[in-house]
Amino acid sequence: MTFLTYLISGLALGSVYAIIALGYTMVYGIAKMLNFAHGDIIMAGGYVAFYAFSKFGLPSYLCIILSIAVSTIIGVIIERLAYKPLRQASSLSVLITAIGVSYFLQNAAQLMFGSDTKIFPAMLTEGSLKMFNGQLTISYLTIITIVTCIIIMVGLTAFINKTKIGKAMRACAEDKGAAQLMGINVDTTISVTFAIGSGLAAIAAVLLCSTYPSLSPTLGSMPGIKAFTAAVFGGIGSIPGALLGGMLLGVIENLTKAYISTQLSDAIVFTVLIIVLLIKPTGLLGKKENVKV
Amino acid sequence: MLKVNDLVVRYGVIEAIKGISFEVNDGEIVTLIGANGAGKTTTMHTISGLLRPYSGNVELDGIDISKVPAHKIVEMGVAQCPERRRIFASQSVEDNLLLGAYTRKDKEEIEKDLANVYKLFPRLEERNKQLGGTLSGGEQQMLAMGRALMSKPKIMLLDEPSMGLSPLLVKEIFSIIKEINDNGTSILLVEQNAKMALSIAKRAYVIETGRIVMSGTGEELLNSEDIRKAYLGG
Ligand SMILES: Nc1ncnc2c1ncn2[C@@H]1O[C@H](COP(=O)(O)OP(=O)(O)OP(=O)(O)O)[C@@H](O)[C@H]1O
Ligand SMILES: [Mg+2]
Repeated sequence: MTFLTYLISGLALGSVYAIIALGYTMVYGIAKMLNFAHGDIIMAGGYVAFYAFSKFGLPSYLCIILSIAVSTIIGVIIERLAYKPLRQASSLSVLITAIGVSYFLQNAAQLMFGSDTKIFPAMLTEGSLKMFNGQLTISYLTIITIVTCIIIMVGLTAFINKTKIGKAMRACAEDKGAAQLMGINVDTTISVTFAIGSGLAAIAAVLLCSTYPSLSPTLGSMPGIKAFTAAVFGGIGSIPGALLGGMLLGVIENLTKAYISTQLSDAIVFTVLIIVLLIKPTGLLGKKENVKV
Repeated sequence: MLKVNDLVVRYGVIEAIKGISFEVNDGEIVTLIGANGAGKTTTMHTISGLLRPYSGNVELDGIDISKVPAHKIVEMGVAQCPERRRIFASQSVEDNLLLGAYTRKDKEEIEKDLANVYKLFPRLEERNKQLGGTLSGGEQQMLAMGRALMSKPKIMLLDEPSMGLSPLLVKEIFSIIKEINDNGTSILLVEQNAKMALSIAKRAYVIETGRIVMSGTGEELLNSEDIRKAYLGG
């Protein structure tokens, strides 16, 4: 039964990674860049939710909506100001800029909110579900996290495959020039991508901070790197890949923590990643780059 | 309809187009022929707004479009069927066609035009659920042309539609180009297959390393000694 508990909490952690990984993978797929600052959007989303709930006493659902809205706006502004002028630049310049944006956000947060760790309130739910005569306990938060992840995956897949703007996003991912010849505004499409990724980061922030309730300006770095790893693990650019990568990463991390070593868990996670990439360089579900831009 | 004035286009410091002027009048088929690297695709990309002129401009019905964003140029009635087709490989044939109508909102008219494209290219209808990337070269050419048509263009730019096709299919594609033109769309056709291009074009320009070196009616150029030597293989 304890194994099952670890497995399920691993899936919940993996769900958070998967939701964050979507942001990396969609931006990479469409803008062909690594948005290193994505993790820091999580941090921003966390602070917005925290202040909305603790200081202004807004109801949870409003806190979440506000957090999504602010994160989305920050994500779109960052793209417009920092990345758009570099559309023609080398990917190294873009990466360095993204790292700069990441430091900027962390320092701005330190300036505005202080560097002390704040305790994130239980704004979603408390309590848990007991099964098998109390042998298996799953918190409602765990259930909410996993269900949210599934809803997002299904919704996003439908959006990408069925809606006009979703199809335009896929067209841009394949061939920006050809997309422009269809009359697609590539800049708008990239903004939409950043908006979606950043909005999802805010959802991940609320789930993550509710599970590990401490809030600090560097909060986003570690989950950001893990989720990026998950995206690469699953095959960067692929939405199902983000789900698979995130889930596997979460489960592996939790099980190694439980049965091998807490200190070594990150090392083990990254070792698994390196092995997978040696065997399959495009990640588990990644396609070969058939269209080079 | 379309007028190119003293156009100069550069890639960095390299001047690919060195001041060319030509025009396509309403309802015409005009062809631009030239060898590899002459600057044909560069010209097409500049008209569509994927590249910007260093100097000179492009006019559509008297309006300077050389600073208009590429997606707006499509909306203004210029469609391009690009070199190597550039089909969206991971989307279905029908989705590729509908992406061609991306700028349009008239749902019913789009349905009608889709039916017309299928009438023009029955093969596309048979394969409408197939992924674009799995089509044969000839089918991809049809899809690229159908996709360009779906924007309901006033003028269609075709960049080497005969590339890599069998002689029989080339004939078929050219007769369809003629049919599209008969239905009222002006055509700017870039070709290395000079013979075919000159035989359907009303007027033609010859481009050599970024300059226009000769122009005339299709027939004149077809009978010209120089052209015969340089482009028609004797
Ligand atoms: N992205 C680029 N960067 C630098 N030079 C380029 C670029 N694209 C094209 N060129 C150069 O510009 C010139 C014209 O190229 P363009 O593609 O327009 O020729 P083309 O007439 O279409 O040739 P083809 O018949 O082979 O398609 C060539 O010398 C080419 O090397
Ligand atoms: Mg060319």
